[in-house]
Amino acid sequence: MISAPIRYHRAVSLEDALEALAEPDSRALAGGHSLLPVLKLRIARPSLLVDVGRLELAGVATDAGEVRIGPLTTWDALERAPELSRPELAAVAECAAGIGDLQVRNRGTIGGGLAHADPASDMPAVLIALGARLRLRSRGSERTIPAADFIVGPFLTVLDEGELIVEIAVPVPPAGSGSAYVAVEHPASGFALAGAAALARRDGSDSVAVTGVGSRPVLLTPGVGPVEALDEVEVFGDRFAPEEYRRHLARVVVRRALERARERREEDGS
Amino acid sequence: MPELASVELLVNGEPRSLELEPRTLLVHALRDGLGLTGTHVGCDTSQCGACTVLLDGRAVKSCTVLAVQAEGSEITTIEGIFGDDGLHPVQQAFVEHHGLQCGFCTPGVILTTLDLLSRDPDPAEDVIRHALRGNLCRCTGYQPIVESVRAAAGGAA
Repeated sequence: MISAPIRYHRAVSLEDALEALAEPDSRALAGGHSLLPVLKLRIARPSLLVDVGRLELAGVATDAGEVRIGPLTTWDALERAPELSRPELAAVAECAAGIGDLQVRNRGTIGGGLAHADPASDMPAVLIALGARLRLRSRGSERTIPAADFIVGPFLTVLDEGELIVEIAVPVPPAGSGSAYVAVEHPASGFALAGAAALARRDGSDSVAVTGVGSRPVLLTPGVGPVEALDEVEVFGDRFAPEEYRRHLARVVVRRALERARERREEDGS
Repeated sequence: MPELASVELLVNGEPRSLELEPRTLLVHALRDGLGLTGTHVGCDTSQCGACTVLLDGRAVKSCTVLAVQAEGSEITTIEGIFGDDGLHPVQQAFVEHHGLQCGFCTPGVILTTLDLLSRDPDPAEDVIRHALRGNLCRCTGYQPIVESVRAAAGGAA
């Protein structure tokens, strides 16, 4: 299978990329592991691919209480990043390590995966639970939005035409926190039937987000018990997991993610 | 007529130039453009791993990479690992430990193994199974593949 005929531009700088992406019906190409499959199936038929893969937008750095992740950072690099090995950010590396397979993690990028917005993708739940923010740029404009507001439906984001994710900023949780990501995956596709990311803080408060269960990943309402909060969440059923079973899986992964996050939290609790 | 793009690749140590449509997949460029048919098209949906090659030393599924994305990169296919004195040690281990039956998946399995061993020269069984998750084999049941990789790493198979 090959895509429909398409023009191709290899961006040499961010400005060059944003200029090219200003063309209507253009799409940014990073690792291609979400975009190329939909091009090959001709579900998407843009007229221009802007290859941003060579831009210097990869890497993980800690700066002023935030971990800044470049959108071109591969899943493999996230899995191995020393900045993400601390317990409070362990969910990011743990989630990245479970995505796809070795070959997919070598090529697929966090920015590309976010922009694709598969409703069963794992990382959005982690970024939402950790309160990450995404910096978006287009020719002549820039804005920063919470990760929780980025995905609005299946394969739908708030990205405007010509807009590119240029940074993912994760606030470093309070010292002594622990985080975790747990999913029950479809055994063939590897996508989450239900996935949950949890951040457990030393003061006893938690943030939990779920993915794979509805049209988009969502933060569970804080302050109420996670099971009660989950009851308010829209859950869909399909031939792999009917609604009742998927809701059960959601409760299981939420409980496991919270347990693991709390195990990683520092024990003294003071 | 569609616009053609020029792509320069270093394939198995040799510089190669191709003129192709931008939508051309790397696997098709290797097989149809360069005659390197050891890289197989299996599922064509980035599931099965039969098309795995090394791109700048890392295993990738060449059905999910455009040839133009690989511009200037170093590509290693199964044809490129054969040494002057015969099979690559990983290939030899697969022969000795029955790591293949029909052989369709084998080039991809071996190139993924090379990526794994380049980072972890002595991987445990669970690490091997995690690394080879993206390489489907319909013959062996995987056990002899894991044993072959362990043997190639010099561990007890």
